[in-house]
Amino acid sequence: MLDKDGIAKRIAKEIKDGFYVNLGIGIPTLVANYIPEGINVVLQSENGLLGMGPFPFEGEEDADLINAGKQTITTLPGSSIFDSALSFGMIRSQKIDLTILGAMEVSENGDIANWKIPGKMVKGMGGAMDLVASAKNIIVAMQHVNKAGESKLLPKCTLPLTGVNCIKKIVTELAVLDVLPGGGFQLIERAPGVSVDYIRQATTGKLFAEDNVPEMIFD
Amino acid sequence: MINKVVSGADEAISDIENGNTLMLGGFGLCGIPENCITALVKKGVKDLTCISNNAGVDDFGIGLMLQQRQVKKMISSYVGENAEFERQLLSGELEVELIPQGTLATRCMASGYGMPAIFTPAGVGTEVAEGKEVRNFNGKDYLMEYAFDADFAIVKAWKGDTAGNLIFRSTSRNFNPVMAMAGKITIAEVEELVEAGELDPDHIHTPGVFVHRIFQGAGYEKRIEQRTVRTKN
Repeated sequence: MLDKDGIAKRIAKEIKDGFYVNLGIGIPTLVANYIPEGINVVLQSENGLLGMGPFPFEGEEDADLINAGKQTITTLPGSSIFDSALSFGMIRSQKIDLTILGAMEVSENGDIANWKIPGKMVKGMGGAMDLVASAKNIIVAMQHVNKAGESKLLPKCTLPLTGVNCIKKIVTELAVLDVLPGGGFQLIERAPGVSVDYIRQATTGKLFAEDNVPEMIFD
Repeated sequence: MINKVVSGADEAISDIENGNTLMLGGFGLCGIPENCITALVKKGVKDLTCISNNAGVDDFGIGLMLQQRQVKKMISSYVGENAEFERQLLSGELEVELIPQGTLATRCMASGYGMPAIFTPAGVGTEVAEGKEVRNFNGKDYLMEYAFDADFAIVKAWKGDTAGNLIFRSTSRNFNPVMAMAGKITIAEVEELVEAGELDPDHIHTPGVFVHRIFQGAGYEKRIEQRTVRTKN
């Protein structure tokens, strides 16, 4: 079973040289720490920055330079700054190669719910609805089950949707799964030491698994 | 050159009335019009509809206007960081319309570009789509979203000149340029106001035609919401 950094590390393997990538808040943010050497990626922050750098050194914070999580950050050689409309223009026109975001639920037809729990304080969707509606390649990083022990991979989402039919890949502490075009989760890899049966128990949606599902390999 | 300079925030907002719709630039607390917010609190105008990506925090930004119960409705994409906001929302004192961030930005843009509506895939198949026209282009569904209609846009820039030209700094640009284009009256507060001719025309982000009033603000706090640093090894 992986910890959060393990999930981030496994997702980082999906990033290819030359990718422009948008990372959501939470586990997705950690992915930046595990991008393999020799892979050049540009991180987009939807508040208006391409080429997000690491956090600043203490004393060098700039209140005018933040990411979408409102954290102080830095730029890098080759960075660019733009306004919010242009930022979502590059998202909508699919210039961003990969979006990685968290989720509360994913359904077997690729629907995602991650912005609202009815009856609780609703904070808003931020840029998530724009990202999932337009991205050509979305990976969900999340825990396989919620705090109550219920599966987050479902036949149908129970929470209000963020987007429909848009998720293609999910990485959890237990597994890597693809969402099949015809519906259902295809088990691609198991976390080290986790059995197919265990994953099946934790997955309420339709799960397809070959006979020999490989374990994840980390360098 | 037409001179757009006013004496300060109080004069700039003097004709904002109860019930007006305001756009306020900024993302979180980054690039917000601090001086004008202070002046609006002082003036005490009420029943405002505020279009702004966020609603500030309890004791800063739009949060200051919420404390004084000046806001009737917020149109935002994310409002998480404000306990007074939550209280007013749950008690029904405050109306909130949550919309996708790209939709918010593009509805501002459409207004500034003189276009009545846009089509966006954001929110298709979700509760955001309820009651909205859906159109299919090239096999994909899009929602029709209307351009905003705001009485005033209030923005914050880094530098500006007496002709109203604006230059923004770093990610404090965010919603400011598109909102500047979208107000029936646009008010710009800047950290440094210079004479027309001192800014390179090639470096202008917002042409002065969109700006009706400009002044040099004072005492910028520029509060940081999430101070994150790394340590030198």
